[in-house]
Amino acid sequence: MLMASAINRAIRREQETSMLSRVAENIYWLARYIERAEDTARLLSVNSNLMLDLPRSTQLGWAEIIAITGHGELFDELYPSRDESSVLSFICSDRRYSGSIISSLSAARENLRTTRDIIPREIWEEINQLYLGVRDLVDSGVTPRKRDAFLNRVIRSCQTVNGLIEGSLSYTQVRTFLMLGRQLERADMTTRIIDVRSANLLPRSPGELTPFENLQWMSVLKSLSGYQMYRQHVRLRIRGPDVLSFLLQNRNFPRSVACSLERLANALTTLPRNETALNEVETCRQHLADAEIPVLAAEPDRLHAFVDEIQVDFTDLHEAIRQTYFNGPAEMSQQQSQ
Amino acid sequence: MSHINWEEYKASGFYDELIAADGKPRPEAVRLCQYLANLDARELQEHKTAAEVAIQLMGITFTVYTEGTMIDRAWPFDIVPRIIPLQEWQKTEAGLKQRVQALNMFIDDLYHDQKIIKDGIFPRELLTHSVNFRPQCVGIKTPHNVWAHICGSDLVRDKDGVLYVLEDNLRVPSGVSYMLENRNVTKRVMPELFASGQIQPVDDYTSQLYDMLASMSPRPGDDPSIVILTPGIYNSAYYEHAYLAQQMGVQLVEGSDLVVGDDDCVYMRMVDGLARVDVIYRRVDDMFLDPEVFNPESALGCRGLMRAWRKGNVALANAPGAGVADDKVVYAFVPKIIKYYLDQEALLPNVPSYLCMFEDDRNYVLDNLDKLVVKPANESGGYGMMIGPHVSKKERKKFAELIKADPRNYMAQPTLALSTSPTLIDHGMESRHVDLRPFILSGESTFVTTGGLTRVALTKGSLVVNSSQGGGSKDTWIVDVDGLGDQPGHSQRAGN
Repeated sequence: MLMASAINRAIRREQETSMLSRVAENIYWLARYIERAEDTARLLSVNSNLMLDLPRSTQLGWAEIIAITGHGELFDELYPSRDESSVLSFICSDRRYSGSIISSLSAARENLRTTRDIIPREIWEEINQLYLGVRDLVDSGVTPRKRDAFLNRVIRSCQTVNGLIEGSLSYTQVRTFLMLGRQLERADMTTRIIDVRSANLLPRSPGELTPFENLQWMSVLKSLSGYQMYRQHVRLRIRGPDVLSFLLQNRNFPRSVACSLERLANALTTLPRNETALNEVETCRQHLADAEIPVLAAEPDRLHAFVDEIQVDFTDLHEAIRQTYFNGPAEMSQQQSQ
Repeated sequence: MSHINWEEYKASGFYDELIAADGKPRPEAVRLCQYLANLDARELQEHKTAAEVAIQLMGITFTVYTEGTMIDRAWPFDIVPRIIPLQEWQKTEAGLKQRVQALNMFIDDLYHDQKIIKDGIFPRELLTHSVNFRPQCVGIKTPHNVWAHICGSDLVRDKDGVLYVLEDNLRVPSGVSYMLENRNVTKRVMPELFASGQIQPVDDYTSQLYDMLASMSPRPGDDPSIVILTPGIYNSAYYEHAYLAQQMGVQLVEGSDLVVGDDDCVYMRMVDGLARVDVIYRRVDDMFLDPEVFNPESALGCRGLMRAWRKGNVALANAPGAGVADDKVVYAFVPKIIKYYLDQEALLPNVPSYLCMFEDDRNYVLDNLDKLVVKPANESGGYGMMIGPHVSKKERKKFAELIKADPRNYMAQPTLALSTSPTLIDHGMESRHVDLRPFILSGESTFVTTGGLTRVALTKGSLVVNSSQGGGSKDTWIVDVDGLGDQPGHSQRAGN
């Protein structure tokens, strides 16, 4: 039963300023799915950028991309080998993999359907068009030749959606939950993209590594649209530790983890009952601040372990948001279990 | 598609809404018909395309759920409006108000004193067999004593040119959002025709709906918390639920968003905590509203909702149990119901209905099976429907036996020749059958939509207007004919 205390806390709110927990959750996931589609496209483009720069004799490890998704088992069930075309198909167009670009867009579209009453029409139209366009592209097959055009289309359209949100959605809780979803997903995906570096895309024998190391970091930067900004901020040649510090700790570059967390924290401060979630953000930030950048840059295994740890922090942060805002007051779960 | 020549248009013996029997446009349709005739084939095609683009852009859809996949289909729409002269509409409007007022008095009586039964007008056994009577609602006092706050009545015009009421939908009638969107599309496609101000506007509905819902609030104050309760995204009318919520600026909730507290009040789960709900416009059927009282398996409703309603802590529109007055048997009694409660003759005619439980009616039906449509009289009984003129002698004989064996389960009506209206199809203008669903709001006062939703059977000769089965819709114009005067010249200019 619902406790009297919960009723006492129930205050009539102006409907413009508060939203249903269910709708907030849909909005949050909508933003995560859009960001995930975009960042997955960026993840693939790391390899894409590398291929343009590396000597032909170098073998690129497409298998490692699958490892980063954390869905290696599913992949191996579905495909005979981790070759380029299978990896592309799995990550871009396979609906059986829930993290594929097509699955993310499809999920974003379904979430939008249930929130059509509060999201401006143009945003629905853009996502609808992107989904239909990508579906058609996917139906004709994402071949290595069409790969770059496909990835660019996805990245551009997701950016357009973010632009529409920026320009047409009022500053209400709807925007706040979009921001929470987007920034958390972005922080998470940026760490995964950094993980490409640690994942041994290139042969690790020390003699071979050095000449290509910088190329690799550069491709990570480019895939995050961060090359120019890095040059402006750092004003140094591309060096592993500097790039890593830039992507993890820089407070001004929009795709750096620290920047995402800061914007997420700002959004949280506009919400009630935000203590637990803000504490989790603080834990993440502490973790970032304590990172031993030079060691991580030099030792792929340490970097990989670090990425794993910070992703656990992100999961805790997500849980805190979910428990606080999507589950309703604690008394509710009691009520539901009866 | 070719240029339109109205002289070649054939209504094939049916009453046509725009073109009179002599092949000339009716007075209220002159302007429209001239405008359309002035368009060449390319312009006509452009109009059609513009409407399709507008519908896609505005995202007007209806949902079809088949084989586990949900399909959002574009709303099928015909650009040629259906026109009713203002004078005729005013009479229809008065008739609808009278009808819904009497039906609400009837429902309220059934759940309280049942005077109409005691006075021998309505047989008790019919109530006993009603599948939509809810004993759980007996004795409940509703705001303004109204049960069917939102009613959608289906009207059809027979070959005699008279509008008949075919049925009243008193539970969760849908379609009003399409009525409003059809007008928006038409305004985009043919803005010239709206310049003279003779076409009556329709866009007042959502504010009327809001005011009516607000007037039902159990708490005094001018800012009641109103929500629309939807079964969710898989419901075929989900678009409409979202549309109305958006237009009225109220929350669109699902059952899981609501909770009833120890104080028997309804709350919704918000990001900021719980918020009290005063009025629920529910688009969920009675049986799924509250698992505590109705279907215990239902996940669409909210446990305790009926408790809160009975205590007067929340208002529900439409009231649970309102459906008792929209079955086919009650329909046959509507003229008597109007006479009984209002002491008036019905302004709008019913389609003559014969209830086989009465001996006179039964004998008439058995003698005239070849002219009648025989239907099951209530949802629990009966074995399908028979369209007398279309079936074999053997089939009619079979139905005669069925009727004799269980007369209470059957009723019959004459077959109607539904009116037609010009409809733009791929190669030009052809006649298609139409009906009309106006919506009636009943609160402190009564409001009728200006016209309603005209549904059209897009397949040649078909009478099925349902959108999931090849039906489409048209904008409905109520036109002030007396104000037409000097229009031809204006229309010429508009066409160029």
